[in-house]
Amino acid sequence: MKRTDFKAWLYLLPAMLFLGVFMVYPLVDVLVYSFEEGYNSASQTFFGTGLYNYSYVLHDPYFLRAVKNTLILVVITVPVSTGLALLISVGLNSIKPLKELFQTVYFLPYVTNTLAVGLVFMILFKKTAYSDGLINLLINFFGGISVDFIEGPYWAKMFVMCFYTIWVVLPFKILILTGALASVDKTYYNAARIDGTSKWRIFTRITLPMISPMVFYLVITGFIGAFKAYSDEVALFGTNLNAAGMNTIVGYVYDMLYGNSGGYPSYASAAALILFAVVLTITCINLMVSRKNVHY
Amino acid sequence: MQNDFERIERSAAARRRAVRTVTYILLTVWALIVLFPFYWMILSSLKSYSAYNGEYIPRFFTLSPTLENYAEAFTAVPLARYFTNTLIFTLATTAVMLAVTIPAAFAFSRLEFRGKNLLFTLFLSLMMIPNELVIITNFVTITDLELRNTFLGLILPSVTSVFYIYLLKENFEQIPNELYRAAKVDGTSDLKYLLKVMLPICRPTVITITILKVIECWNSYVWPRLITDNEAYFLVSNGIQSIRENGFGRENIPAMMAAVVVISVPLIILFLIFRKKIMAGVLRGGTKG
Repeated sequence: MKRTDFKAWLYLLPAMLFLGVFMVYPLVDVLVYSFEEGYNSASQTFFGTGLYNYSYVLHDPYFLRAVKNTLILVVITVPVSTGLALLISVGLNSIKPLKELFQTVYFLPYVTNTLAVGLVFMILFKKTAYSDGLINLLINFFGGISVDFIEGPYWAKMFVMCFYTIWVVLPFKILILTGALASVDKTYYNAARIDGTSKWRIFTRITLPMISPMVFYLVITGFIGAFKAYSDEVALFGTNLNAAGMNTIVGYVYDMLYGNSGGYPSYASAAALILFAVVLTITCINLMVSRKNVHY
Repeated sequence: MQNDFERIERSAAARRRAVRTVTYILLTVWALIVLFPFYWMILSSLKSYSAYNGEYIPRFFTLSPTLENYAEAFTAVPLARYFTNTLIFTLATTAVMLAVTIPAAFAFSRLEFRGKNLLFTLFLSLMMIPNELVIITNFVTITDLELRNTFLGLILPSVTSVFYIYLLKENFEQIPNELYRAAKVDGTSDLKYLLKVMLPICRPTVITITILKVIECWNSYVWPRLITDNEAYFLVSNGIQSIRENGFGRENIPAMMAAVVVISVPLIILFLIFRKKIMAGVLRGGTKG
């Protein structure tokens, strides 16, 4: 081995050690776990190998409910948050005074602890003996009936969950889209204006195509992020998500691993790999769609 | 003729004004939605316990602000302990992350060695691996090493970040090679060149990844929750969760809100100081979670 080679490896050694122990090895290990049947974490023994863990997870009603919750969350929050971010960014880009102030305010949720702020959301939406909570009073004011959004009906809980998720993910999307909008070459707009093109046409024919790579980037990362939702739900409904009926796939993985229902790394591994497969498939579909439709 | 022109001009101006007004109103509405939870947590934290619970219809202001909730938050639960733990965890993790990331990025950008491209591709492919997949084994590893409820157990698996190596490597490569050769001619060692030339030039990127890592550490919840069940090692996220579930008695919401304010303030201050840097850094490739 040459001397320069040796030196380079020396510089890389710490990173490789960390990645090897905490990423590469676990990656292999999680596959092994998922195929080991009846693994016992205390004695570290197992009966045999096979697909039993996968079939157990896929037949577990808790897992199925987690999948349902996650899918609803994904289907609602990804389009709504992307659309809302687009709307806000276009608005932001069209104004001059106060623009920086708005940008700063919109970015705030990004730097806050989602567990902590989730508690505030819980209080705003929760119905207690003392008070119906601010949101319910608002609903009453407009003639509606109070609902307990935190421990009440399913759709109410789902609404809070989606609302909070959107509140949390928007800062990132707004930031990316305002950046993309600002970098569109102004000459296109000037040319269109000379031709007397309508505003809507300018938006759909110039702005959208020009920022489409970024929009697709946000859709892809949005899908991935929403599929991995977990701590926002804990913030709203507490750690026992199964009891609240609001568990997510990632929550199921952690519950299998640790806590009152934990101690089953094999089931956790199988569920995590199922999640990974789903996310990978959807990302590939997204990439294929974007290759057809995105203007680079 | 002149009249028509003026009329069209006037109506166009009116429409522009209307569009702008609507834009401002909508932007303000969203700004209020973003700010309201922050306002509400500060407001509630300043109301006394009896005042808060006495209001069936919560008031939007308080005439008798009190700091007793903050005193309660620091005495009834070990909030100061959670705080110091998080500080230690954040600083140590970020420091080790830098110590690991910078040399690796340097090796990939400046040093020549066999298998460099292959290794870098392998590194990049690791970026696709979601945390959820590796956390299971890491949990077992740390448990087997009996590092549960230790700072070492908290920090070690949180250090690695392939993305930051990538970001830094890209930045290092923008420094012209001539500088490196000139330094070599002068007999500067690689390490000295890295510390004295490259790092100062790339300071903005280093600051960016430092801040991003600090935010990530301060807000991390899942790993600390898995690895600590002893309150003495709780970070703020776990602390707030345990406060919610059994601290203060469930109904003392003002004290809870005081704890939430205390936990949120450091990052908000950090953000207000480094606003431009943080936003530019996230724009270059941060994602949440």
